[in-house]
Amino acid sequence: MDQLIIAGRAFNSRLLVGTGKFASNQVMVAAMEHSGSEIVTVALRRVDIDNPEDSLLTHIDPNRYLLLPNTSGARDAEEAIRLARLARAAGCEPWIKLEVTPDPYYLLPDPIETLKAAEVLVKEGFVVLPYMPADPVLAKHLEEIGTATVMPLGAPIGTNRGVRTRDLIAIIIEQANVPVIVDAGLGAPSHAAEAMEMGADAVLVNTALADTPNPALMAQAFRKGTEAGREAYLAGLGTERQQAEASSPLTGFLRND
Amino acid sequence: MKLTINGEVKSYQENLTVQQLLEKLNLSPERVVVELNRNILSPDMHIKTELKSEDTIELVQFVGGG
Repeated sequence: MDQLIIAGRAFNSRLLVGTGKFASNQVMVAAMEHSGSEIVTVALRRVDIDNPEDSLLTHIDPNRYLLLPNTSGARDAEEAIRLARLARAAGCEPWIKLEVTPDPYYLLPDPIETLKAAEVLVKEGFVVLPYMPADPVLAKHLEEIGTATVMPLGAPIGTNRGVRTRDLIAIIIEQANVPVIVDAGLGAPSHAAEAMEMGADAVLVNTALADTPNPALMAQAFRKGTEAGREAYLAGLGTERQQAEASSPLTGFLRND
Repeated sequence: MKLTINGEVKSYQENLTVQQLLEKLNLSPERVVVELNRNILSPDMHIKTELKSEDTIELVQFVGGG
């Protein structure tokens, strides 16, 4: 059985999904179900005390999904650490998607603050999955301090632009000893397939699922894209060539020259 | 008693524990994490912890996110 192993825990699905920006909780749940995912990300925010809403957690079956809280909104290591501790206090398992994005326009992860926060959180016993720039040197540093995965971005969050960092992700995959999860920017099932064909261990998608009139169908398409890419990687892709190589026999033509 | 809750200043006539404050705000303790003056409070502390004027409280919960 081909399973994804993160921090000693086995998963059958290699597609992680986010729960943000869906039109309703019902639409979100349908997308989660159709994605086949077993890991879903959530964010932590202030309660609107004048107008408290229905809790998100009442819609997510904890026996079916591992809840992966993120530290979105954190602008530096200190804010990320605070959010991670709060998430753990909420009764979650100590898994955290570490996200430190000081720049509001491109939401690019801050490599220095991410590394600092990861160091503290690993020491506190968290299973840390860091969102990071597609930087192979940073990936090595994160792995060395004990993060459970590395999660390089394909393109900025929510841009649906695909694996724009392809060459750098290829180096990260080549060198990594922890699972590589391509996170952010994947906008189409073909993007997920591309990352998986390259040998990524998993992909994480949110906006592409929420950004369509039919999230459940799109989630199913991403599931297939992820699975197709994985199977192609396991099978081994054919060699690229400059010149044609006939696929039909070059003998027995109906001519005499 | 003056409390800063999620950045908003609120006034209360009576003394309150954290548990009583959550009840007043119609928040169930299972879905909200309480941070009092930057320290996280575990749920078993809600009933024992008396709030003081000028306390700063953060009440957070999970929402959709990627």
